[in-house]
This record gives sequence, C-alpha cells and structure tokens, in this order.
Amino acid sequence: MTALQASPPRPSSLRRWLSLLGPYLLLAPGLIWLVYFFVWPAAQMFLMAVSSGSLDNGFKLTWTLTPLHDALFNFPTQWSHSLLYGAISTSLDFLIGFPVAYTIAFRGGRYKNLLLFLVIAPFFTSFLIRTISWQILLGDEGPILSFLKHTLGVVPEEFSILYSPFAVIAGLTYNFLPFMILPLYVALEKIDPALLEASGDLYGGRWQTFRKVTFPLALPGVFAGTILTFIPTMGDYVNAELLGSPQTRMIGNVIQGRFLQTNDYPIASALSFVLMAGILLAVFIYARALGTEDLTG
Amino acid sequence: MATVAAQGTMTAPRASARVARTFGRWRLPAFTIVAIGYLLIPIVVMIIFSFNDYAGKFNYIWNGFTLKAWEAPLAWPGLPEAIRVSLTIAALSTLFSTILGTMIGLALSRYRFRGRGAINALIFLPMASPEIVLGASLLTLFINIGLGSGVLPPGLALLPKNALSLGFTTVLIAHIMFNISYVVVTVKARVAGFDRRLEEAAMDLGANEWTTFWRVTFPLIFPGIMAAAMLAFSLSIDDFVITNFVSGTTNTFPIWVYGVIRNALPAQINVIGSIVFLTAVIGVAVTTIRQGRAPQLAR
Repeated sequence: MTALQASPPRPSSLRRWLSLLGPYLLLAPGLIWLVYFFVWPAAQMFLMAVSSGSLDNGFKLTWTLTPLHDALFNFPTQWSHSLLYGAISTSLDFLIGFPVAYTIAFRGGRYKNLLLFLVIAPFFTSFLIRTISWQILLGDEGPILSFLKHTLGVVPEEFSILYSPFAVIAGLTYNFLPFMILPLYVALEKIDPALLEASGDLYGGRWQTFRKVTFPLALPGVFAGTILTFIPTMGDYVNAELLGSPQTRMIGNVIQGRFLQTNDYPIASALSFVLMAGILLAVFIYARALGTEDLTG
Repeated sequence: MATVAAQGTMTAPRASARVARTFGRWRLPAFTIVAIGYLLIPIVVMIIFSFNDYAGKFNYIWNGFTLKAWEAPLAWPGLPEAIRVSLTIAALSTLFSTILGTMIGLALSRYRFRGRGAINALIFLPMASPEIVLGASLLTLFINIGLGSGVLPPGLALLPKNALSLGFTTVLIAHIMFNISYVVVTVKARVAGFDRRLEEAAMDLGANEWTTFWRVTFPLIFPGIMAAAMLAFSLSIDDFVITNFVSGTTNTFPIWVYGVIRNALPAQINVIGSIVFLTAVIGVAVTTIRQGRAPQLAR
C-alpha cells in the first residue's frame, strides 16, 4: 500500500483501479483453488455424512443422523486407540523434544544449524520407508531382538514387539518427533538470555528460572508443537497398519477401510467429520487453557 | 544422580562435586545426541539394507552384502512408471502451488484489506487438518462429480462426469491444494523481513511499479520463493495419505511401495529411498554453502 502511494502521482484511472484491486487479483486464483478443493469438499463431506444410499444406487441427502450416531458410538475401541496412542506418543515426543530443543537453542553454539539439519533429516526420506525401517528394526529376528535373544540371551525366544501396541506407539512417536522439536526450538530461540540471567540475579534457582521464566515464555512453542504432533497422530493409519495388528486399529484405519474398501461413504464421512470437529474443539479448548488463543490466527 | 552426589560428599567432596558438575553439564547434550541418533536410525537401516543379499522376497533379515539392487535400481514391475508419475506430479504441483501461494503471500503481507483474518484462517486450516480428512473430503467431491450427485461448486457441474475420475489429474489437484498453504507461510516469512525503503528508492529513481517489482522486489524475495518451492516439492513427492484417497489406479512412488509391500519387500525400495535422501542432503549442503558466501542483500 505504501509503495503504491509513494509512486509518482500520474493520474490514470486504470492504475487507480489496479491498485485498489491489487490484493484481490493476487489472492483470487489461489483462494478459488482452496475454496473449490478444500472448503467445498469439506462441506460436501458433511452433507455425505447426513446422506443415505450406496455407490450403486447413488447417495441422497436425507438429513439422517444415523451415520453420525454410528460414527460416535459404534467404534469405541478404535476411537480409544486413537486417543490413547495419540496422547502417549505426543507426551513422549514432548518429553524427548523439549530437552533437545532447549539444548539446541541455548547450547547449540556453532553446531546449531547442523543439529537442526539432523532433526529434519528424516523428512528427506519417505514416511513409508521410515516406517518400513521400523518393521525391520523391531522384527522378531531384527537387529534389536536377535541381539537380545541370541547374543545376550536376556529375552525369551518367543518375545515379540512388532504388531503390538508398543510398536505402533514407537512408530507414531518416531514419525512426528520433528514436528514437536521445531516449534519448541523456534519459541526457545526467541527468549532473550538476559531474562534468564536476570532471574539468576534475583536469586532464582535453576529450576525456578526454568519454571517461572523459560517455560512460560516457551508456551507458544509448546502449544504449536503439541497440536502439530497430536493432530497427525490422531488421524494416522499407516503406523497402525504396518507396525500393528487388527487389534491395534485406530480410527484412521476405519475411515480408510470404509472409504477405499467397502465404499460405505456416509459412515466414513461421518467418522472424518467427527474426527475433524473433535480436533478443532480440542485445539480451541487447549488454546484457551494455555492462554495462547491469539497465536493460531 | 542424586545418590551418586550424596555418596560422593561423604568420601571425597571436591572430586565428586566436579564429577557431578561435569555430568550435569553434559547431561543435556548427551541426551540430545541420543535423541538425534534415534531420529537417524531408520535412515541408517534403510541405507544398510539397500545392500542386503536377502533370502526370499522380503528384505527384513540381514543375509550378507551385495550390490545387486544398486546395479538394477529400477528392476521391479511398475517402479519406473511410479517414479516418473511422482516426479511429474511433484514438478507440476510445485510450479502451480508456488505461483498461487506466492501471490497470496505477497497480498497478505503487503496490503491491508477486509477479510484478511478470514483468509489467514483459510490458509491455516489445511495445515491443521489431519491428512486423512483432506483426502477423504476430496474423494467425496470427486465421487459426487462422477455420480453427478451432491451440490457441486460452480463450473464443476458442467464438466463431463469422467473428467475428474480418480487418477493423475485428481492427484495433481490435491497436491496443489495442500502445498498452497505451506508456500504462503514460507513466502510471508520472507516478505516480513523485507526493507520497503529499497522499493521506495527505486520509485524515487523513476521506476514504475512493474519494473520495481521485477528488478527489486522479486530478486529480494526469490530465496523465500525457492525455499517454498523446495518444501512443496518434497511434500508432494513424499505424500502418501491424501494421494492414497484420490489416486484410483495411478501409482506414485509411495502408493507403489504401499501396494508392493503386501507381497514382497524389494531392496530397490531402499535404493530409491537412499538416492532421494542423498540427493536432498547434497542439495541442502550446496545451497547452505552458497548462501553462506553470497552477500546478504535482504537486510
């Protein structure tokens, strides 16, 4: 705006119109894309969730609440798996990620960029291939268990990790750890070390300084890191599929199966809608609780 | 640690205090190194197992060293085609999403106008939605177009029913959609650190808006645009969940991997993964070194 005002005053009505329309012309193509292929499909998914019918006979909007009711109440095991695995792996990511982000931010020195690079290095390999690597690592005769079983002999022969909830949680924790570390790092990096010194000067101990100064200042990062980790773990189905068993199915597996295998679109849409609505609600409550609601905008 | 320190104070106070202090000082860095090792283990496994002379069809158990897979990295039915599709979709979706996203990023960071908050929220939402929801809702749209049912967005109802049947086009549409937000955020961050006086100087020297944009603004925000494009490319080439919903019978590399691992685990997967990883690492290293040498114009 200022740039356009600062231009030499050459009165031309076309130019005036362009500068008025400028932002809208720039925005239009991308926003139209997002409205067509993000907003509209989301609305349609909701309408599908209150429709009835089948793939062969077509779907009719009947405003039935049966799919939503079924989505909420017919899958207690899978919902609880999603919540439980999501909560556990997000907590583990926080416990691992916070010290790492703290160390890189305050003690990284000239290795800061190298360490950050190593944190995002997993993104340079495919998510699927990393999960397959965990299949290899955790396998019954894989490097870890065969060492414990045959070399050390401390683990019974029939012991197995793969296809158990532990393997699923390990995979989820692993795959989304960088999403926790990066926002925490960004928040911690912004803290002025002078504030920490000031706390020390005022006789704040190390633990007190951490609790009263560092941690509150890092809250925006804690918020961003936990939602960026929790949201994808809640919706994930790849870890449960590759590292788990039918007994560890999460809600993502049900959505995927209903959409792509049984073509049961109303119930599948209802499940995704409930998942999305639940996540938005949880993020909203969480933001209020942490007092960081102005940060999402 | 507490017990070690407590026992120490009784016998040799000074030495143990030093041990405790050294331990305390190295505790965090040691933890960080272990955590980073944890992040890198699967990559190491991927690279090592690309050299595995495995028995049978599944590359799960180490059985000796071989270069077989590296000598024939594409030798598996469907693999060359899947890589070609992945690269094409990544290139096209990067091109379109970078253009669309950069335009939005510029508009949001340079102009004040009505509805800015709503647009920021619209940009934020796709990044905050689980991928499965994005994929599922796009699938619903494409199904409705195919069935001619539901309320379609203006214009799309005019398309022939099979115009957007699941395949290359629908995957491309999806990838452009989820990439736009990431491009907007990356470009906005770059424009935010931009000195507007440089543009005013150009205009004072007689350049019009068009010339100023292409000769001053664009070169200065170009690194941000490049970073956004690289991010978009890597998100696109790695995407599995959304693609799985809208790909139909078209295979991108991740979709191909997902299909093939039901019946076999060829070492070629590890070879391609290792090549992608090493290319990305070298790319980042080269850019970092070159940026370190180039004069810093932006500030």
